[in-house]
Amino acid sequence: MSNDLFEHPVTASEPGASHFVAPLEETPLVAIDVVNVADKPSNLWIDAWRDARRRPTFWVSGALIILVVVVALFPWLFTSVLPNNDCQLLNSNGGPTAGHPLGFTKQGCDVYSRIINGTSTSLSVGIIVIVLTTVLGLVFGAFAGFYGGVVDAVLSRIGDIFFSIPYILAAVVIMSVLVNYRSVWTISLAIGLFAWPATARVLRAEILRVKNADFVMASEALGVSSLRILLRHVLPNSIAPVIAITTISLAAAIVAEATLSFLGVGLGSSIMSWGNDINQAQRDLRTNPQTLIYPSLALSITVFAFILMGEVIRDALDPKARALR
Amino acid sequence: MAGYILRRLLQAIPVFFGTTFLIYFMVFAMPGDPILALFGDKTPSPALVAQLRAQYHLDQPFIVQYLIYIGGIFQGNFGISYSGQPVGDILLRTFPVTLRLAVIALFFETVFGIVVGLISGLRKGKLFDASSLVVSLILISLPIFVIAFVGQYVFGVQLGWARTTVGTGAPVQDLILPALVLASISFAQIVRLTRSSVIETSGLDFVRTAYSKGLSRNRIVPVHILRNSLIPVVTYLATDFGVLLVGATVTEGIFNVPGVGNTLYQAIIRSEGPTVVSFVTVMVLLYLIVNLIVDLLYGLLDPRIRYVK
Repeated sequence: MSNDLFEHPVTASEPGASHFVAPLEETPLVAIDVVNVADKPSNLWIDAWRDARRRPTFWVSGALIILVVVVALFPWLFTSVLPNNDCQLLNSNGGPTAGHPLGFTKQGCDVYSRIINGTSTSLSVGIIVIVLTTVLGLVFGAFAGFYGGVVDAVLSRIGDIFFSIPYILAAVVIMSVLVNYRSVWTISLAIGLFAWPATARVLRAEILRVKNADFVMASEALGVSSLRILLRHVLPNSIAPVIAITTISLAAAIVAEATLSFLGVGLGSSIMSWGNDINQAQRDLRTNPQTLIYPSLALSITVFAFILMGEVIRDALDPKARALR
Repeated sequence: MAGYILRRLLQAIPVFFGTTFLIYFMVFAMPGDPILALFGDKTPSPALVAQLRAQYHLDQPFIVQYLIYIGGIFQGNFGISYSGQPVGDILLRTFPVTLRLAVIALFFETVFGIVVGLISGLRKGKLFDASSLVVSLILISLPIFVIAFVGQYVFGVQLGWARTTVGTGAPVQDLILPALVLASISFAQIVRLTRSSVIETSGLDFVRTAYSKGLSRNRIVPVHILRNSLIPVVTYLATDFGVLLVGATVTEGIFNVPGVGNTLYQAIIRSEGPTVVSFVTVMVLLYLIVNLIVDLLYGLLDPRIRYVK
């Protein structure tokens, strides 16, 4: 090996040097390699926030989500009409009137009020399902990815089994059996029980990537216990893709609840739900399409908001995805 | 290759037993009388209850019931529907219709999806790309029954271009509207997959080499870019079969297509529990078999897959 490098430091080009070496300040490397120590330290989350807040889609989806949450928490701010008590068959399938901007359902209930009061049902199902899928997905994905071997084989096969049944079909079976116990909790359980393997797979793949990093080896060398390495070092560094998929799962859970209610195996008819309203309205498609269109619109806008937010988060947390825009 | 096929088949065995056991467990290990629970508020005739009890061997311990049931599946006996017809016979009658619908839907979603995705990817950031991204996002956000109702109302009721329900024998021209509805969600996914894959491939070295060799764009786009961008799309089409099955249940129900999905749909809305369970089991088995075949084909097409554990 030659020792040229040490005898002729490459800081600047000297007369008589064997080849020209550009000063560091003039190379493109400066742009990426030199860290300004005066800058505030950055990390994935700060970068993601900087990336997201520059995008109009982030603000649009964020505003829609805040609106949905406010409507779900405080429905009385938006309507003073009680969704069930004011139903009069006199108004059956009636058009819009003063105080009832979207007209009436077949039972003579106020469409607008039913939509406003159904918001919390959809949102609750979405939230309960993602709590379930995230907890199950974290446990299965983290242990399978981190410990590998037999643990991985067993946990991954269990995941495969649940993944092989399309979750809406599984929920149809569960809800058919639980015919007398249909509530927000049981339907969320039925959806969440079969929707978690997607989260587990994403987390497992990410952990497999992270667990070979130098800082994991350093922790091992320092004698940190394996559970502590997993919880303190590996998991926090693999959680980013899970957050993106969770936001999209919330939208998928809302669609699943509406689909099950639409099929008539979802929530009981006494529970206010967009899926139930769409189910009730489908027979009047020809005569009174607005009773079907408005709840569908509310459902679609909510789902759109969460999917858009999920995509913004996914792209913001994935530096590779930025190149695709 | 033989090792890969063997490994993949061995992996399928626990999944097959696991899924059937899970469905069976959900229905028949619940507290109370599963037969009565399956009928909900309705009271079935004593004769039917007796027949179902005999069919599911409810006097035996749970695990024995399950094994008898699995033995029946291997002999092609999927159980008896609410109306007394063997599920296998209904399946033979309805499956060709669903297959026809699925093939038309697959045709629409792949052809239009790949074309739109390719143009978007080649014109990244232009007006066409931006609008196709917005449209695909909206399509992904719309639940399939909303798309079905809007399609039925606009093209069936308002414009009168298509029949709102499918006629007897399910002729192909009647199936076009339901197939377009069924294809819409996967179409959006294929557009996005193709787009990002085309953008990624266009930046690779061999494409630059092709350009610097002086090849024409008419040759580079189909031969160098498109062919190499299609791998993720093919992978997606395999998993898409599950989406198609669930989608077919709703779409066939709304358009009254006499297929497998519609049979399940009718059983669900009439709360005929035993038929629902039989058909969900059959659909899950179909899904498993299709995924297995696609995986095997995929191993044949892409040598890298065979060596990954």
